[in-house]
Amino acid sequence: MKKTPKALATAADLDARRASINTETKDKIFMCAGGGCIASGAMAVKTALLAELKKHKLDKTVSIVETGCMGPCSGGPILLMGRDNVYYQHVAVADAGEIVEKHLLKGEIIERLTWKEGPKQKSVPVQSDIPFFKRQTKIVLRNCGIVDPNSLDDAIGRNGYQALSKLLTSMTPDAVIEEVKKSGLRGRGGAGFPTHIKWAAARQSPGAVKYVLCNADEGDPGAFMDRSVLEGDPHSVIEGMLIGGFAIGSSQGYVYVRAEYPLAVERLQRAIEMAREAGLLGQNILGSGYAFDLEIRKGSGAFVCGEETALMASIEGRRGEPRPRPPFPAQKGLWMKPTVLNNVETFANIPFIILNGGDAFASYGTAKSKGTKVFALAGAVNISGLVEVPVGTPLNDVVFDIAGGIKDGKSFKAAQIGGPSGGCIPAEYLNVHLDYESLNELGAIMGSGGLIVIDEDACMVDVARFFVDFVREESCGKCVPCREGTRRMLEILTRICNGQGEMADLERLSTLGTSIKSTSLCGLGQTAANPVLSTLRHFMDEYKAHILDKKCPAGKCTKLVTYDIDAEACVGCTACARRCPVACIAGVAKGIHVIDQKVCTRCGTCYDVCKFKAVRRNGKSK
Amino acid sequence: MVKTEKKCTCGGVAASDAENHARLAQVIQEYQNKPGALIPVLQIAQALFGYLPKDVLRTISEGLNEPYSRVFGVVTFYSFFSQVPRGKYVIRVCMGTACYVRGGQAVLTALEQELKISVGQTTPDRVFSLDVGRCFGACGLAPAVMVNDDVHQFVQPGQIKDILAQYRKPTA
Repeated sequence: MKKTPKALATAADLDARRASINTETKDKIFMCAGGGCIASGAMAVKTALLAELKKHKLDKTVSIVETGCMGPCSGGPILLMGRDNVYYQHVAVADAGEIVEKHLLKGEIIERLTWKEGPKQKSVPVQSDIPFFKRQTKIVLRNCGIVDPNSLDDAIGRNGYQALSKLLTSMTPDAVIEEVKKSGLRGRGGAGFPTHIKWAAARQSPGAVKYVLCNADEGDPGAFMDRSVLEGDPHSVIEGMLIGGFAIGSSQGYVYVRAEYPLAVERLQRAIEMAREAGLLGQNILGSGYAFDLEIRKGSGAFVCGEETALMASIEGRRGEPRPRPPFPAQKGLWMKPTVLNNVETFANIPFIILNGGDAFASYGTAKSKGTKVFALAGAVNISGLVEVPVGTPLNDVVFDIAGGIKDGKSFKAAQIGGPSGGCIPAEYLNVHLDYESLNELGAIMGSGGLIVIDEDACMVDVARFFVDFVREESCGKCVPCREGTRRMLEILTRICNGQGEMADLERLSTLGTSIKSTSLCGLGQTAANPVLSTLRHFMDEYKAHILDKKCPAGKCTKLVTYDIDAEACVGCTACARRCPVACIAGVAKGIHVIDQKVCTRCGTCYDVCKFKAVRRNGKSK
Repeated sequence: MVKTEKKCTCGGVAASDAENHARLAQVIQEYQNKPGALIPVLQIAQALFGYLPKDVLRTISEGLNEPYSRVFGVVTFYSFFSQVPRGKYVIRVCMGTACYVRGGQAVLTALEQELKISVGQTTPDRVFSLDVGRCFGACGLAPAVMVNDDVHQFVQPGQIKDILAQYRKPTA
């Protein structure tokens, strides 16, 4: 058992502790233990590796470090070999023996498990050579995938709490706010409000009791960067909040985490306890007299609680309903006290800014949007996962150069960015720069950074309907435009998807959408129409095809699709009949098969499984 | 997929009703003077009882000195609170954007057909409840299905039977 290190009473203690930490990686195997990789079976791989290490008497010298998310979630489970930076993906339990015998003992690279790049699937073994990693700039994710989130020493070894120590010994709260101002940091939760303005307002608000809140209610479907930061590097968020507390003069913070993230809650809780034991949270931090402590509050499954006033109502123990502003939280926030609320990614940037200076941060990004942004890439891309790039990087670079392009050789149709508050960007704007202003011009928003790539198989009317259904369900019901308006929009979109739409519906959607946008109480309603308005703007052809031709070009809207079997192409393999969930395909082996149109639910399974291009959708074969 | 080692507290648990009520009383005591205690207490109560029956809400209302109407209002506002018993395993099919565009709806339909219940319902034997999730943040693994705290990834409708079978087995 390791001795419990003594609490850190002064900044010098922290320096001494840092100096004593061994940061050598030679004898370490880094294993991604992010939520994605755990779901892919990483823990079983770890057990197998430990057994193999023991078998070869290496268990005393080689250790396995469980890290947070390394990024390419679709490649999990993932290992990074500390001695030579070789990156292995899709590691199975059965590979453990080979990894120890070949890689560790003989120094051979197991090519089968390495990263494959390009159409020729060339093997790229070393992590720093892999384009996915090479093209990223990591500030927020600087420690994710490197440190063990359950180890305070790992965090300290990577300059954790160094920014805190710096400001406690040499900075005033005003100087801290000035540095954040210099950095140009804007809120990463969606709206992009300059962080220093919020901080300065809360600092100027009179009152002895003030609060710092961290919004970890990452509800946008398709966004998982806050989850990954909390799971992979909780100490950076804690340090960011400590700095925020110092700047505004607060001694209590809350992190509001959504209930769907049990692992994030668990790791953050442990990190808070470790920081408290070490004296980095609590009274008289590092001997400076500054006191600050943190508590976690779990959400209970309400999307609207990501809105700041609703979030505060929820912490207060009430229904998470937003209220009008002003008063702004910086004046009257949680329990009517001055409050600063930033999201996870914003706070994770703060220690970097204080330690390296606002100018260092501002050297990345565009004229109006500084720093980097983390995007959660998902959907029809070859590599889905987390990427961090300077703000203003072209969409094209992210989708094709980093994420490896579209799956299965299909074509790019749209990128949905910003979740239910955002919009869809069509192929002709693939060169758009990912910054707040450029995205707004296209009717999308930066949002929290969910980026879902949509290929030719998706119907844009159906995608718009999906989002409207989402906001209708999640609308808190307090204000009429959002509660009733989203319901009416859903009815119209459903009608169009069912082939009962008329051209006047498009005008109705546009008018309704614009009214909901301008009259709703909170951000949820004010952005609820964006997915509809942006698809109307960029994909009018698809709406017209549904209304005028009664056809769904992508074959998604089941009421507008028919399947039949081409008698000449059918070889009677029975694959479709066996897989049909409603058993509506008749035919014997080696005989021609026929779909009973009355029973068919148009699920498309037969179309997907047919290897002979015999099943046709709307009369066209694959 | 990985099995969590946390002790299951939802349905079919060893703790008796009386024990749960005693524990609840303790929890209320701990939280009584904390600001904003209502939601954490409801969360703990739901973990203890598996759902929030009327008598439990009544106890919480009296214990925290909150009007019953307010407790009821909070319970009905948040989707994680349930006033009806849930199955031993709560299956949540992710219908976030990534899972939706990669076939989450087909997985949900297959589950409804297999379990013969619709979203929000529980099987008569109280083994499974079916729910829709709004993104688990496992978008890289879409479509995803959560059974209690286990995440199943890249789920295809054809795999549903096998997944359910893992939970139908009598647990050791």
